[in-house]
Amino acid sequence: MRSAVLVFPGINRERDMARALRLVSGRETAMVWHTDKALPAGTDLVVVPGGFSYGDYLRCGAIAARAPVMDVVRRFAAGGGLVLGVCNGFQILCEAGLLPGVLMRNAALKFICRDVFLKVERSGSPFTRGYNAGQVIRVPVAHGEGNYVADAQTIERLEGEGRVLFRYVSPQGSLDPAWNVNGATNAIAGIVNESGNVLGMMPHPENHVEPELGVTDGRGLFAGLVHHFKQAA
Amino acid sequence: MTANEPEITPELVAEHGLKPEEYQRLLALIGRPPTFTELGIFSAMWNEHCSYKSSKIHLRSLPTEAPWVIQGPGENAGVIDIGDGLAVVFKMESHNHPSYIEPYQGAATGVGGILRDVFTMGARPIACLDLLRFGDPAHANTRHLVAGVVAGIGGYGNSFGVPTVGGSVGFHRRYDGNCLVNAMAVGLADADKIFYAKATGVGKPIVYLGSKTGRDGIHGATMASAEFGADAQEKRPTVQVGDPFSEKLLLEACLEIMAKGCVIAIQDMGAAGLTSSAVEMGAKGDLGVTLDLDLVPCREEGMSAYEMMLSESQERMLMVLKPEKEAQAEAIFRKWGLDFAVVGTTTASKRFIVRHRGAVMADLPIKELGDEAPVYDRPYVETPKQAIVQAADVVPPMGIADALLRLIGSPDLCCKRWVWEQYDHVILGNTVQRPGGDAAVVRVGEGPKALALTTDVTPRYCEADPVEGGKQAVAEAWRNLTAVGARPLALTDNLNFGNPERPETMGQLVGCVRGIGQACTALDFPIVSGNVSLYNETNGRAILPTPAIGGVGLLDDFTKSATLAFKAAEEAVLLLGESIGWLGQSLYLRDICGREDGAPPPVDLAAERRNGDFVRALIGQALVTAVHDVSDGGLLVALAEMAMASGIGARLEAAPFSAHSFWFGEEQGRYVVTTPAAAAQGIVARARTAGVPVRLIGITGGDALTPAGDRPIFVVKLRECFESWFPAYMGGGSP
Repeated sequence: MRSAVLVFPGINRERDMARALRLVSGRETAMVWHTDKALPAGTDLVVVPGGFSYGDYLRCGAIAARAPVMDVVRRFAAGGGLVLGVCNGFQILCEAGLLPGVLMRNAALKFICRDVFLKVERSGSPFTRGYNAGQVIRVPVAHGEGNYVADAQTIERLEGEGRVLFRYVSPQGSLDPAWNVNGATNAIAGIVNESGNVLGMMPHPENHVEPELGVTDGRGLFAGLVHHFKQAA
Repeated sequence: MTANEPEITPELVAEHGLKPEEYQRLLALIGRPPTFTELGIFSAMWNEHCSYKSSKIHLRSLPTEAPWVIQGPGENAGVIDIGDGLAVVFKMESHNHPSYIEPYQGAATGVGGILRDVFTMGARPIACLDLLRFGDPAHANTRHLVAGVVAGIGGYGNSFGVPTVGGSVGFHRRYDGNCLVNAMAVGLADADKIFYAKATGVGKPIVYLGSKTGRDGIHGATMASAEFGADAQEKRPTVQVGDPFSEKLLLEACLEIMAKGCVIAIQDMGAAGLTSSAVEMGAKGDLGVTLDLDLVPCREEGMSAYEMMLSESQERMLMVLKPEKEAQAEAIFRKWGLDFAVVGTTTASKRFIVRHRGAVMADLPIKELGDEAPVYDRPYVETPKQAIVQAADVVPPMGIADALLRLIGSPDLCCKRWVWEQYDHVILGNTVQRPGGDAAVVRVGEGPKALALTTDVTPRYCEADPVEGGKQAVAEAWRNLTAVGARPLALTDNLNFGNPERPETMGQLVGCVRGIGQACTALDFPIVSGNVSLYNETNGRAILPTPAIGGVGLLDDFTKSATLAFKAAEEAVLLLGESIGWLGQSLYLRDICGREDGAPPPVDLAAERRNGDFVRALIGQALVTAVHDVSDGGLLVALAEMAMASGIGARLEAAPFSAHSFWFGEEQGRYVVTTPAAAAQGIVARARTAGVPVRLIGITGGDALTPAGDRPIFVVKLRECFESWFPAYMGGGSP
């Protein structure tokens, strides 16, 4: 799997993402600068990592969404290429119009960093084939604006079309407002676009991939992608 | 030689924080009255914050050397060697005064300043810690300060992209008028690529980098060198405004031009901004500096020389570049969207010359500006010793179980999750032990090495006995590093005190420094960087003496670090170190009995070292399953923390002497360890051989802590008390 990680000024989890991709795929990742006008040849996966692009000034992700490299990403996605946005990356993809909805301030109005539990809603997506449907995974969040909101019609479509891939749940896997860390609509933690090739999610699977650090539940996402591209080859 | 500058009057001199005799010293030094700009420069260089004039002669006595120390105090940060060609760069610094006036920006720029100190030396920051002290929770202002300071620390560190992995939070009414915000940053660099402030070579370009200069923070350092009166809020304009986004860009750009070999010398613009950074680079290199202020990138029009020289606008750097690399360096800065301007040059004259709009606004001897700053041997009185509190004279007002539940749910001992969950503590993917343990553990690169990091001080001990309190702060940091299995290497100190012109306060400073020095020597734990914050005083009332210690230790293999959670049922619980039931200055005495008195527990440094070395060896040989040091609140609090972290309880032996003093006494140099029951006798024998007092105090298991003969204290109930105070208080509940 050849992956490319976008770097905007103020992005700060690009190293975490590159390390996770390297550890799971066994291949170095290309770092793509925000002013670049092309992706490296043969790119399979584009990742928009976490951080505070442009300081999150104006609105989270709003400025990055208009950077030159995003035109390239739009073309890549339109052609069916896989795009993963995590945290600030999710916010950027929403601002760029690649995903519907918006990430509002956390319901508690505070930045929050802690491990959360996610239910993997289905395993058919290239992003979740490393998991079983219904599996509960533990990964960290670290954000101030992760409260997913969209109009009722959009939510209905997302739910009806099975486009919610991850949801905040209790450790036992049940929906419970006490475990919906940021107050997101329907406890939504991650969604895909209509074609299913663009995923945005708030939690950080890239921070839970190494057994020596305790939890490896994030690994499945990257391992699933590697498997997906192996099969495609 | 200047136009449109105010006349120098005694009032103007006083407003600049210079005493009449200090002004006379200035006149003698330059042989004429200063210009307005020069007066500003002197006030910036000679204030307490920048000159350490009250503390200098005492700090000289501190041990700062060891074979692994690459750079001790005197640079932007200390540097130690951790092998494999790597160095750790770290320092702690206060931002107390600004944080009290404007908590969010004060704390945020405190974090920004200390991060700059670390990456100025060529290190990429890998962790931050914050030691915070606030006033009485019942004080009207406390909640506002806690909320603002925590949000500010998170707001800056999270955006910059450094994990905030540890620290400490405490409350006491003596901080009502002065909160403490001490931020520590730790970075990693190649040991042979450390960058310093010392300029070399005549005629080299001096380059200004980073954000533009504005009118914020003018006289910030002078403000921080005076006590507060009723008008503290009027000082808000002296607080700087932070921009972590610019700092992140500055970090990346600086590391990139350093890697390309463009830099001769570098100094961040912190306190006293352009003045202090330019003077420091020149003075350290025995060179003069000429600045042309017309070339300084400014945020506002019409700024005067005085304003530019004293602005403390954030996220700025000054560098001396290799002339042949100037174009390359400029291209890198432009790529990151940062300002880059050649604003001066090094000279052979040893003069500090500032030009603006065709006029010379300042022409001063550069060495003397720093070297000839006043140094005071201020009069001091030793703090009188307090009587030792006998356990027999303390009547327990409630049973053991109730006392434990109350202590564990008190502001000082309760869980600080509300605080550290607002800090990103997992970014960079190397956090092995998150906040909540004895020390944070952060992997070095891909491992296997890791750093253990902690911040410690027990101000009530320092107040009662500065020497013992100073020793204890160092010993506890050393102990916390040891408890995770690390070898303590070095520390940074942040000495927070009241007005040094009061002999009692000066006595506290002198005593604490003496104690710190004794402990550093005995534990082979040198000081490599530090900061002094005086005048933490409002309307004549000073803070508790608070010499904060930031400790750094090294683990050879991060997978072998010890944690405090009980690991399994039916394991032996051993107490290492001597117990005598010392209640003086304990939290039990204060929070359960309502008494803040007595001599604090003494620190036997030889025993400290013997016990710690023994515990570290046990961890290294994987002979113990859980390890926790005994500190605030005493033994039963330590056991409760081990139980809460795991959900496993313990059946405890009966106290060998009066139960309240055994369970809640705060004797030093003690650890609780667990081990599979079969191995316990072996460890007991080893301890006896090593001369380490040891006692089997219980067996893990069940869902409660049950001291023999007492009622069970359920772990669920403990957790409820432990977790509830902070969110309830910050949610508006009564303290």
